[in-house]
Amino acid sequence: MTTYYSEDHEWINVESGVGTVGITDYAQNALGDIVFVEVPEVGDELAKGDEVAVVESVKAASEIYSPVTGEITAVNEDLEDNASLVNSSAGGDGWFFKISISDDSELEGLMDADGYKTFTAGLE
Amino acid sequence: MMNNQGRPTGIDGTTETSNAGYETYTGNRGLAQVEGLIYEIGDTQRTGVDLPEVEEFESCIGGVTRDNEIGLAGLTEPEAMRHYTRLSRKNYAIDLGLYPLGSCTMKHNPRLNEKVARLPGVADIHPLQPISTVQGALDLIDTLAHWLKTLTGMPAVAMSPKAGAHGELCGLMAIRSALEAKGDARSIVLAPESAHGTNPATAALCGYKVKPIPATEDGRVDLDAMKEALGPDVAAIMVTNPNTCGLFEREIIEIADAVHAIGGYFYCDGANFNAIVGKVRPGDLGVDAMHINLHKTFSTPHGGGGPGAGPVVLSEALAPYAPIPYVVMGEEDFDMVEHDTTGKSFGRMTAFHGQMGMFTRALAYMMSHGADGLARVAEDSVLNANYVLASLKDIMSASFEGPCMHEALFDDRFLKDTGVSTLDFSKAMIDEGYHPMTMYFPLVVHGAMLIEPTESESKQSVDQFIGMMRYLVEKAKAGDTGRFTGAPYNAPLKRLDETGAARNPVLRWTAAE
Amino acid sequence: MRYLPLSTDDRAEMLAKICVENINDLFVDVPNHALLKGLVDLPNHMTEMEVEQNFEAYSAKSVAAGSVPFFVGAGAYRHHVPASVDYQIQRGEYLTAYTPYQPEISQGTLQTLYEFQSQVAQITGMDVANASMYDGSTACGEAALMACRVTRKKRIIVSGNLHPHYIDVVKNLTKFTDGVVVDNDPTLNKPENLIDQVDDDTACVIVQNPDFFGNINDFSDLADALHERKKLLVIVNTEVVALGAIKSPGEMGADIVVGEGQSIGNGLNYGGPYVGLFATRQKYVRQMPGRLCGETTDADGKRGFVLTLSTREQHIRREKATSNICTNAGLCTLAFTIHMTLLGEKGYRHLAQLNHAGTVKLKNKLAGIDGLEVLNETFFNEFTVRLSNNAAEVVETLVENDVIAGLPVSRLYPDRPELNNILIIAVTETTSEDDMDILVAELKEVLK
Repeated sequence: MTTYYSEDHEWINVESGVGTVGITDYAQNALGDIVFVEVPEVGDELAKGDEVAVVESVKAASEIYSPVTGEITAVNEDLEDNASLVNSSAGGDGWFFKISISDDSELEGLMDADGYKTFTAGLE
Repeated sequence: MMNNQGRPTGIDGTTETSNAGYETYTGNRGLAQVEGLIYEIGDTQRTGVDLPEVEEFESCIGGVTRDNEIGLAGLTEPEAMRHYTRLSRKNYAIDLGLYPLGSCTMKHNPRLNEKVARLPGVADIHPLQPISTVQGALDLIDTLAHWLKTLTGMPAVAMSPKAGAHGELCGLMAIRSALEAKGDARSIVLAPESAHGTNPATAALCGYKVKPIPATEDGRVDLDAMKEALGPDVAAIMVTNPNTCGLFEREIIEIADAVHAIGGYFYCDGANFNAIVGKVRPGDLGVDAMHINLHKTFSTPHGGGGPGAGPVVLSEALAPYAPIPYVVMGEEDFDMVEHDTTGKSFGRMTAFHGQMGMFTRALAYMMSHGADGLARVAEDSVLNANYVLASLKDIMSASFEGPCMHEALFDDRFLKDTGVSTLDFSKAMIDEGYHPMTMYFPLVVHGAMLIEPTESESKQSVDQFIGMMRYLVEKAKAGDTGRFTGAPYNAPLKRLDETGAARNPVLRWTAAE
Repeated sequence: MRYLPLSTDDRAEMLAKICVENINDLFVDVPNHALLKGLVDLPNHMTEMEVEQNFEAYSAKSVAAGSVPFFVGAGAYRHHVPASVDYQIQRGEYLTAYTPYQPEISQGTLQTLYEFQSQVAQITGMDVANASMYDGSTACGEAALMACRVTRKKRIIVSGNLHPHYIDVVKNLTKFTDGVVVDNDPTLNKPENLIDQVDDDTACVIVQNPDFFGNINDFSDLADALHERKKLLVIVNTEVVALGAIKSPGEMGADIVVGEGQSIGNGLNYGGPYVGLFATRQKYVRQMPGRLCGETTDADGKRGFVLTLSTREQHIRREKATSNICTNAGLCTLAFTIHMTLLGEKGYRHLAQLNHAGTVKLKNKLAGIDGLEVLNETFFNEFTVRLSNNAAEVVETLVENDVIAGLPVSRLYPDRPELNNILIIAVTETTSEDDMDILVAELKEVLK
């Protein structure tokens, strides 16, 4: 199991061809209290970079872009009633959706944990 | 003579002067009264109306009757009057004080306008009664149209849009229709980063993609960037002028010429027309379409969020595509064109003819001021704003060099390292008895504070506002953060939990299970 | 000038503080040729009395509905509004307040909006309602767009008995989106077959109840059939008093209900400002257009109200907003809410009965007239008649005798000669029996 990070502050956790996607702790911290997450529908087919979800705080809405090409296989239904999971557990229970990855090579453009750490440090 | 009731005759040293720590039985604190919902104080059996008895009759509802209780709570008239009067006292209002909301033009709402809007030949006429019986109304609409056209220097005006955003839609629909008529609908609308949110939302409704144009260092449209963004696929540029930073777009003519050169149109968002009314005609600036918020420039009341009215002035090129209906002068009488016979009109934006009640108020305001008074409105609003800018720029951070138009923009640089945010500062203004200015808009500066005093304020009033602002700035810089971060302390409620409201929306009353 | 407090001395002092000499120095950014050298060509300022006289003259040139026997409805209705409503909405605290973006000092507006939303949800039989749209017709257009968003489909099937202005507004608002409007011919009092027009690409069906011609339908079966196909039913109501007597759209299974709320609390005003009602199911709330007010608590735990779910709206979501609407019908919602509170359940139902009873009475009085046929089997406070003569001409003739007899349908359908003799007649609690008798006598005379 490997976790990759995107410059849009998403993480994708890959296990046997399926990626679990959420936003990073850095992102949840920057967004503030999250009140709603609009997740995709199971079966949606996405290209890398497509708008796939929306995460909302009281005064802002941010689009989430798919880090890879593939088909949605599951969404986190717990977020529907409890969007604050993203704040309390961005890298865990606050995951957004699972996606079957069509092209493994797309993962190569993403960062690893250390790379992301350096990336965010550069944003401060 | 002796005071034999034992009634105290003065305030003695033992009277508690601070906010008493004790609870009251009612939850009220003097005139600050707690007020429940109608569902908590009323019930389904109470009513505040006496209606005639219903005589025996045979129903023609056809059995599709409403049998279950609806649950509407009623109040008798004295209860209802008290309920709504008590609630009214929890509102800030222009009638209570300076209301410096930038881009909103919170000017005085003359009561004469309310009076004339209630005359029976204006308020009690039906939109579909025969045209021969509404000649006065059509005359009034036509007269208002004449004033709007004259003030803007534009040849035509569409009266039916119901508010500013509806006017934007009208203007962009006319533009799209004109382009489609040439077989060239195009796909992009340019709008500065500082635009109102309604601009991109409206463009989207017209099937256009919005391309943002950056601002220059001096807060205006970056002409070079704009020219670079122009191309054969650009339908229009939407520019607010004076812009949302409170500045007049110096290169407005060049902007108009550039968009015309590629066959596009110039839509001007007229939200800030107040600064130039009677002084500058948008028609002289190359504008093709502009909405006018009658509830801003022409004083129709904001009413807690509406209603507004957003007539749109149009150039010769766009006028043929205007929505129906519209008033025309026939041989002897006025007539209303309700059906398009030219095949050009883009259609109907609303049932009926627009916001007649607002037309009446706006025209009364215009007539009261006249050509001379309207120019003075612009001058005084610009003067008041520049006076605020001049009086605060040494202590707050003005985002741009003046002169400004009718509103002055500051950002939060002056609050750096004070631990006080724009939001905190705004809430502290509430404790000083003021409505905060527009905050966090426009988006082009950090922690924006946009102050529009309007021409309705006297010098004493503006001086007091300035004094209050300086006092708060000094307190913030002196580290008195508690005054800000917990504010407001003296409003009917403390800060509200907006996150909780959005996470678990409770949008209506429901009976307890 | 009575509205402008700055004196000449004030202006001079202020210019000095700004370090400019002349007011036009503040307009330096205006291109020189565009700054007017003189005044625009309009009259100069007037006294309060002069302005008032001008408007009295306008007023006198129109015929107020209350001054004659009056029978026009068709989407706007003349009802009696209690005096206390008009007093309250003129209180400066309501009249001169802005949109309640600072909730700590806007609880008056916010709580009344919450009461409004509650009342609208109740009368429509729906879960939630927003804080209003411009009017019923624009609310209807927004409902069509919302149905397309919810279903991700684009065909909008519109009943031929929907108010023709509403049909036009739906067409207009969807004109430059992907929406495709499928319209139908008006059927007067004949049933329509709408469900057979539904295909995979359909988002919704829009019907009106009571419909434009006054007929009342139970759309429960249509709702079921649409839901089976995963399509939405939009029910429009243009006479909100009717919901005090007829089965609610919510009970019929509507997914979105829109309406014109003018009848409660608001005058005719020649077409505006009115108040658009918009209600839906809880599950669709994030697809709604317009402002929403919600309950919350303040830092001390006290109940309060705020505008909420704002990320749907243009000021945050910009081009991705559910609508471009900003200003709504604020003060008209307040008038609605106060009037509805004065009515209460008891008064609202009574008012509905009174309207219906009066209309039945007029229908019975018209029964004996030669050359006039009432087409409706069902109706609330409005019905349609076929005359032996051109209805527009009949109405014009009666105007000369100070009677406004109703709406000739040809005014809205000029290209359908088959409707030339059709007249829609409305009755409310303000219609007296004398008014009815005058109408009957006049119609008898003109149809002779």
